[in-house]
Amino acid sequence: MPGKLKVKIVAGRHLPVMDRASDLTDAFVEVKFGNTTFKTDVYLKSLNPQWNSEWFKFEVDDEDLQDEPLQITVLDHDTYSANDAIGKVYIDIDPLLYSEAATVISGWFPIYDTIHGIRGEINVVVKVDLFNDLNRFRQSSCGVKFFCTTSIPKCYRAVIIHGFVEELVVNEDPEYQWIDRIRTPRASNEARQRLISLMSGELQRKIGLKVLEMRGNAVVGYLQCFDLEGESGLVVRAIGTACTLDKLSSPAAFLPACNSPSKDMKESPLVHPPSHGCRSTHNSPIHTATGSRLTQNFSVSVPTLIYTGMGSGSAGKEGGPFKALLRQQTQSALEQREFPFFTLTAFPPGFLVHVGGVVSARSVKLLDRIHNPDEPETRDAWWAEIRQEIKSHAKALGCHAVVGYSESTSICEEVCILSASGTAAVLNPRFLQDGTVEGCLEQRLEENLPIGCGFCHIPYDELNMPFPAHLTYCYNCRKQKVPDVLFTTIDLPTDAAVIGKGCLIQARLCRLKKKAQAEANATAISNLLPFMEYEVHTQLMNKLKLKGMNALFGLRIQITVGENMLMGLASATGVYLAALPTPGGIQIAGKTPNDGSYEQHISHMQKKINDTIAKNKELYEINPPEISEEIIGSPIPEPRQRSRLLRSQSESSDEVTELDLSHGKKDAFVLEIDDTDAMEDVHSLLTDVPPPSGFYSCNTEIMPGINNWTSEIQMFTSVRVIRLSSLNLTNQALNKNFNDLCENLLKSLYFKLRSMIPCCLCHVNFTVSLPEDELIQVTVTAVAITFDKNQALQTTKTHVEKSLQRASTDNEELLQFPLELCSDSLPSHPFPPAKAVTVEKASPMGEGNFRNRSAPPCANSTVGVVKMTPLSFIPGAKITKYLGIINMFFIRETTSLREEGGVSGFLHAFIAEVFAMVRAHVAALGGNAVVSYIMKQCVFMENPNKNQAQCLINVSGDAVVFVRESDLEVVPTQQPTANCQPLCTEGEVTT
Amino acid sequence: MTSELDIFVGNTTLIDEDVYRLWLDGYSVSDAVALRVRSGILEQTGATAAVLQSDTMDHYRTFHMLERLLHAPPKLLHQLIFQIPPSRQALLIERYYAFDEAFVREVLGKKLSKGTKKDLDDISPKTGITLKSCRRQFDNFKRVFKVVEEMRGSLVDNIQQHFLLSDRLARDYAAIVFFANNRFETGKKKLQYLSFGDFAFCAELMIQNWTLGAVGEAPTDPDSQMDDMDMDLDKEFLQDLKELKVLVADKDLLDLHKSLVCTALRGKLGVFSEMEANFKNLSRGLVNVAAKLTHNKDVRDLFVDLVEKFVEPCRSDHWPLNDVRLFLNQYSASVHSLDGFRHQALWDRYMGTLRGCLLRLYHD
Repeated sequence: MPGKLKVKIVAGRHLPVMDRASDLTDAFVEVKFGNTTFKTDVYLKSLNPQWNSEWFKFEVDDEDLQDEPLQITVLDHDTYSANDAIGKVYIDIDPLLYSEAATVISGWFPIYDTIHGIRGEINVVVKVDLFNDLNRFRQSSCGVKFFCTTSIPKCYRAVIIHGFVEELVVNEDPEYQWIDRIRTPRASNEARQRLISLMSGELQRKIGLKVLEMRGNAVVGYLQCFDLEGESGLVVRAIGTACTLDKLSSPAAFLPACNSPSKDMKESPLVHPPSHGCRSTHNSPIHTATGSRLTQNFSVSVPTLIYTGMGSGSAGKEGGPFKALLRQQTQSALEQREFPFFTLTAFPPGFLVHVGGVVSARSVKLLDRIHNPDEPETRDAWWAEIRQEIKSHAKALGCHAVVGYSESTSICEEVCILSASGTAAVLNPRFLQDGTVEGCLEQRLEENLPIGCGFCHIPYDELNMPFPAHLTYCYNCRKQKVPDVLFTTIDLPTDAAVIGKGCLIQARLCRLKKKAQAEANATAISNLLPFMEYEVHTQLMNKLKLKGMNALFGLRIQITVGENMLMGLASATGVYLAALPTPGGIQIAGKTPNDGSYEQHISHMQKKINDTIAKNKELYEINPPEISEEIIGSPIPEPRQRSRLLRSQSESSDEVTELDLSHGKKDAFVLEIDDTDAMEDVHSLLTDVPPPSGFYSCNTEIMPGINNWTSEIQMFTSVRVIRLSSLNLTNQALNKNFNDLCENLLKSLYFKLRSMIPCCLCHVNFTVSLPEDELIQVTVTAVAITFDKNQALQTTKTHVEKSLQRASTDNEELLQFPLELCSDSLPSHPFPPAKAVTVEKASPMGEGNFRNRSAPPCANSTVGVVKMTPLSFIPGAKITKYLGIINMFFIRETTSLREEGGVSGFLHAFIAEVFAMVRAHVAALGGNAVVSYIMKQCVFMENPNKNQAQCLINVSGDAVVFVRESDLEVVPTQQPTANCQPLCTEGEVTT
Repeated sequence: MTSELDIFVGNTTLIDEDVYRLWLDGYSVSDAVALRVRSGILEQTGATAAVLQSDTMDHYRTFHMLERLLHAPPKLLHQLIFQIPPSRQALLIERYYAFDEAFVREVLGKKLSKGTKKDLDDISPKTGITLKSCRRQFDNFKRVFKVVEEMRGSLVDNIQQHFLLSDRLARDYAAIVFFANNRFETGKKKLQYLSFGDFAFCAELMIQNWTLGAVGEAPTDPDSQMDDMDMDLDKEFLQDLKELKVLVADKDLLDLHKSLVCTALRGKLGVFSEMEANFKNLSRGLVNVAAKLTHNKDVRDLFVDLVEKFVEPCRSDHWPLNDVRLFLNQYSASVHSLDGFRHQALWDRYMGTLRGCLLRLYHD
């Protein structure tokens, strides 16, 4: 009995009227955990009941603590008939299970009902007492920290990055069980919510066990997804990167007393509790790199444990490799691992040596009923197959690892496309030997390895290239070969030398497909996939060239399957890497050279394209230094299009088609206009409108060329659904519709956020789904961050000056340049605070303004501000504490769609409610922000004829406490949680 | 290609002040879009009409969802669904409860009932304010009235506490509630020249001096059963006002009063002779108004009477405002020298307020 869960129900407010006669409610609360239920007294005739209950105590296994959510149900007491449910609150108590996170959950939670939405709030206090238990056969993994953030969290230091962990659990979907025919929609929705909550708990626990097995203490880049397979079941799967993290000591870290003892921390020899206090107070790993103390700290445990073990399959039989790998100290260690994958997209300095390019694999599967939920072998085997493919692709690129790795599915009826993608990479062998970030960096500096361009250098053998590519000497160091274009799925490395600014680049594509059943359908999809990949790739390449850029970061290609079409949407951030050659232009050639007017048309188009390129270069400030051929020592290459992308898809059969995406042996990048299709392509190239002035956008965390963010941020979700006119749709018409949909959506965003100018939309994340035959749904989540224009201009100027300087100096000096850049921009903290943050301007929107303002009539507001952002950081602020992962799943259904404002009104309210529930949970944990927030799923179904709609939303992120940097200077030891807690209690007084 | 669904939800709720104003003014989405287009926003931002349409729809939807909360502003502060900075919350509330001068003049002093609500159909075209906006304003009046009606204590404080309005707006609402409760007639033709501000000014003076709450300034028993302290006129006081009648009924007293005023003002008034000639009429008018206030009907006609009996006679003789002031000051003060008159305190309570009101009402 290793844990005691204690719950206290304090009060409710704003409850709905449940008794029409009295216009009041007789509310009471049921508190349920596992199979134990407690009840409060009935608080008669009030919409603001004060239960002030005793402490309800649950004595439970820590396994249950991890799996089960705490379930709080608010009901209206009825003497004569059954009690009516008002709504529920599910509280994930996982954050209370590890020592450095929250110690208490306390606050107002929205009471949620799947039919009526939020109905009032309830004030709850939750605590956990954990007892030490040294049972080695235990099934729990309490104490393993989970982070959604895909980089090493800001107040931690990576001691060891172990590698890939994955797991999946399956179950029957309650919505498809026979009982669903006789139970109410509410009961069905609640069964589903509860099941998914249970499954995610179980999944997290199992992943935690694997991490402990690998002797790690944390999972970074944790990504959990649901596959709603309909009849065949429900799959919850997760991937992540196991790490051993060490908390960086900072003044704030000492303050909160951690009540809950975690034996895992004590057991592990690798972990140095923060109380050692021998670190410097700096938050950034770079700063702690000095001094020999560190080496002392690590000398005991580190030499034998580097990159130990990869995640094993869910069958668990590969547990063995762990020990064998302990002795591996070099790259070969990675190669022997089952899957040398990392879900991280940003890395400690020196981690990433070379980047090969994007590797991806897709597979089309037919779903069948999962017969035995305890042995989800089929699904495991499917993923294992895909991962194997990815691994072999990486190998072909001369790489031993895959970084920025992610997996996704698209399901339509019984067909499922599984996709995986990542970036093939070579990781630092020295890093492997040392196992410490700092040591590695020091050595690297000694060696004078070129920083800022090193990762661009090809990892593969020049004479034995996996695909035809054109190589040149690196424009930065001129020692190594680089490709002419580079595609990656990771964030731009902080030390990368970039010229100008970046921009969001999207390729959009639709393909009609005949409606078909089962195998025929799967085959049709399989046949279409390579063409789609090819076209998406061509579009990306064209658009990249049109922008005058030579590299893509954060590339994410989503293929969505529908009843009668396939959609492809690729998003990435284009940049100009200083190390790579200047991209060539785009030439247009006609097939019928005799026709004079046609010629004229062609030349007109050509001119337009050239103008656009020139305009874009100006817009994104791309002015690379002129380098004469003599300096380089090799001729400037002819502009060529070469692929970094190696992908393939396979059907359920073992047939694997390797796709060569390079354009044969053409010397220049030529677009041949030989039919209307090609004309359309060229037109669509030119129809992408750049964002209005003052706006930038990217889908990565960092926007190159902008580094003085102010603290004003606005995270948002926007959803659009269009209905296609079903009359004889052609591919072109479909493409145009889809293209317009995306472009209009972006335009709307720019318009809505115009008061934030100058501003950048960061981490723009598009998701496409095809809910019905003629419906296309696009969901966008992003964050708008304002920046200081004047400072931005200055920096770019100095940057350009530096670049120019660099061009004129000789090689010797060149090597030092990136180092300067490195120290200038603090690689571990890519966004140095704008100096102007203390003077918060009174802009009409923006969360940054709340704190210091006291608005007289409304000063007694009881709701603390919680920021949300898809990024891993908050500009102008410092994250002092991670409180735990937020992973929430909600279903909302209505049978009165028109009354709720139609589909838009329904979904608008629901998303606002989801945000509210996320914020409430974060505030209850004592946090004031969610970072790495992501809306992983937004499944919307409607039936206007029946006046019904249903929506499922799954969101996750990391709850954190942050402190404004301006505040930090004044009161460095202020306990950050103080911001939220008193506010909550105040509420009782004012209501 | 038609848009089935189109939404934008920010973690901080976006509020566009211009669109909020259009929404409050009761324009439909298409009218609002047209008005926004006319404002030149498309040229400024390079947006398309479709973008504007989508944006407007979105804001309207947000406002619609917020409206429920705006009906009880403290709820807006405590709710968790919309994260809105306090300054914006204040703006939302203040604007929602703001009203149009033209509208308030139409309903001021009327019973806030369903019957009046039906009149909105006529008020809308008359004032040029959309019916929707009229309804919002009317419902606001009614809602505030309902909430504070049964409450004890300062009317302004009650309104401020329950609706979180600025001081200025809370005072205006106090006036509206006070007028509605006492049903003062404000719609007569001869009262048309008066602004809402004039009435609000009078209401404030009357609340301060003529209601039960006014007596309560002195420490009173908190358990006393005095309801509606600020809303209702002090009945006892109104009864007592009858006693003032002696000032005009007793001929000697009236003559003495007149001579005292004339002596004091001789040479100081530009309209001295007119004053002298009219003194008895004016005094009779003012005192009779007081004496009649026991009847509800006459209370309602208070402003009509004041304008008829005092403002109009003076205006027809072209009294300058300053002369009116001098006269009223002297007229009130001289009563203290009337030895035979025993109701000095009552007179002061009456005349102090009336003097303030009359001066405010005296304009073109």
